Amino acid sequence: MKSNRRSFLKATAAFGTVSLVGFPHIWSKNSSLAYAADGEIKVGVLFSLTGTTAIIEESLNKATIMAIEEINAAGGINGRKLVPVVEDPASDPATFAEKARKLVLSDKCVSVFGSYTSASRKAVLPVFEKQNNLYWYPTLYEGRECSKNVIYTGAVPNQQQDDFVPWLVEKFGKRWYLIGSNYIYPKEENNYCKKLLAELGAEVVAEEYVPLGHSEFSSVINKLKAEKPNVIFSTVVGDSVVALHRQYHAAGLDPEKMPMASLTTSENEVAAMGGEAAAGHFTSAPYFMVWDSPENHKFVDAYKKRWGGDKVTHFVSEPSYFQIYLFKQAVEKLAGSDISPTAIREAVKGQELVAPQGKVRIEPENLHSWLWPKIGQCQADGQFKILKQSANWLEPSPYKAYPNQHCTAEGLKQS
Amino acid sequence: MEIFVSQIMTGLSIGSILLLVALGLAIIYGVTGVINLAHGEFVMLGAYAAWFLQTQFGLGLLASLVPIFLLLALFGWLIETLVIRHLYDRPLDTILATWGIGVMAQQAIRLTAGGELRYVQMPESLSQSVNILGATDSAYRLFILFLALGLFALTWGIYRYTSFGLKLRAITQNRAVASSFGINAGRIYRSTFAYGAGMAGLAGALVSPLKSVSPEMGTTYVVDAFMVVVLGGTQSLMGTLASSGILGELSGYLAFYSNDTIAKALVLLAIVVLIRFRPQGLFTARVRA
Repeated sequence: MKSNRRSFLKATAAFGTVSLVGFPHIWSKNSSLAYAADGEIKVGVLFSLTGTTAIIEESLNKATIMAIEEINAAGGINGRKLVPVVEDPASDPATFAEKARKLVLSDKCVSVFGSYTSASRKAVLPVFEKQNNLYWYPTLYEGRECSKNVIYTGAVPNQQQDDFVPWLVEKFGKRWYLIGSNYIYPKEENNYCKKLLAELGAEVVAEEYVPLGHSEFSSVINKLKAEKPNVIFSTVVGDSVVALHRQYHAAGLDPEKMPMASLTTSENEVAAMGGEAAAGHFTSAPYFMVWDSPENHKFVDAYKKRWGGDKVTHFVSEPSYFQIYLFKQAVEKLAGSDISPTAIREAVKGQELVAPQGKVRIEPENLHSWLWPKIGQCQADGQFKILKQSANWLEPSPYKAYPNQHCTAEGLKQS
Repeated sequence: MEIFVSQIMTGLSIGSILLLVALGLAIIYGVTGVINLAHGEFVMLGAYAAWFLQTQFGLGLLASLVPIFLLLALFGWLIETLVIRHLYDRPLDTILATWGIGVMAQQAIRLTAGGELRYVQMPESLSQSVNILGATDSAYRLFILFLALGLFALTWGIYRYTSFGLKLRAITQNRAVASSFGINAGRIYRSTFAYGAGMAGLAGALVSPLKSVSPEMGTTYVVDAFMVVVLGGTQSLMGTLASSGILGELSGYLAFYSNDTIAKALVLLAIVVLIRFRPQGLFTARVRA
């Protein structure tokens, strides 16, 4: 009896609290208050934790969660705590759209951080454009997109290739073999690469695409033996990268004569293929785990402490991390009642931040990021050695391969 | 000449991997008639077993082959005893059950070993390349080729020349009659399933140094294995050997002269056309109805 009465009292008290807290919402006419109610700001976290791309997206989820925890531990944003709503879209674009709709409409998140593949970004885009919400996309991608509802913190083709391609031509030669996975990203990257090569007077001996998830590269390796290119330009993604490198190594090919130059091989893939298969090949990216800066040491140490000493940080997890801090800087400028996706977008334009890779900035015109491209050569210990860093931060030009199109704050312009 | 030799070797190498993966499936399907959709996950578990033995016990790949075969055979034996045994003569239910087992195996690995790609080291002694008639080929790929042929010969030997094989063939022809002659069909099925699972595990362990190890890796292998078995004829071991050789050379050549995307499509198209005109596959075991 006693315990019954106690639980009855508890329940009544709980109900009372709920109605006290709950009531103002019902009467609040100012709907934007809903975005920053009760001293909390809700944000969506949309990375696949199951399915084929979970392998990589798990690490993006971890970097995002870590940044949110750090901000909350330091007192939140103007005293408001960030509340992450984590959803698992299971590597399926249709599920991405469905979960995005849930995060925006029923959870009323003020922004959503998510996506690795272009397919999933394209799938959620209509949701964010229709609801005028904000999506933060951390992955390097093929460019050629101009949305007012996406903040892009990864590299676009010009940022990865402008330094890389001329450097490789000068160092290794003019016969290039382009190989990629068969979808939009490698095709757009190669499209831009061919333009650069044409300007440099270099020759493309072959351009080839393998099915996604392909793992049998012996015929490709025979073609490499027959063609003997100077550089193999690789935009093969996912577990195929691992298979390609291991089979290249097993076939006894020599990275000093015929190196692979990749835009997609990070510390994450190198850990899976083993240092001996990766050693000697090149990657261009704005971030490498070994980058020597106080901000990066802090990031790597915190990441290992939070998620385990064997974990690596890489060029997609770093933007996943710093974009949360960009979000924080933007929201800090706003009064509580002004917090809304559009206000955050306007506030983030031109924001600067010292990220682990260096000082980054959101370009007001196209909402992409100014980044610091670097060229790394993989070593047998599984880490990269940084051979070159661009002299200055590089402007994002998502339409560089299409000179008559420009992404502006008003939308895409033809000229 | 050099390219010609490397192309033949490439085809043989692709074929040998197909043979390794398909052998277990062919035995299980040929004898018990169970369409084992979890076969790809047996391959995946073999690869993870190799990774586990290497990272936890420092065991090299060659030394772990026998333990991996035994582990997976035990796993197959358990699956047969707990699930499959109750579902013989219910083909649709076995498809669903084995598919479910596959999903559970994937998620169990994801929860315990994590979702990231794993690394299995290639044996030091086999990591060079060797010269054959002017063409260079990976020593490890040759090793897989010979081992696959060896395992095939072993399986063929058991099937053809042992009393176990005789019972097996008897059951395949007519289970009821064989049972009435005192053959314990249940036990034979269980051993066959265990043997097939062990073979799949070996296949997974052997491909792991060339490819990547992830919880989803099994799905591509199960498709390849079914392709081999369907083309070769479901009750013929020789058919499995021949069809993996044909598919290996065919996809190797098509990929060399066009690319891998086209090769994959053309090979599948060829199989579809072939089974339209020869539904029983290339080879058929003569079974009295």
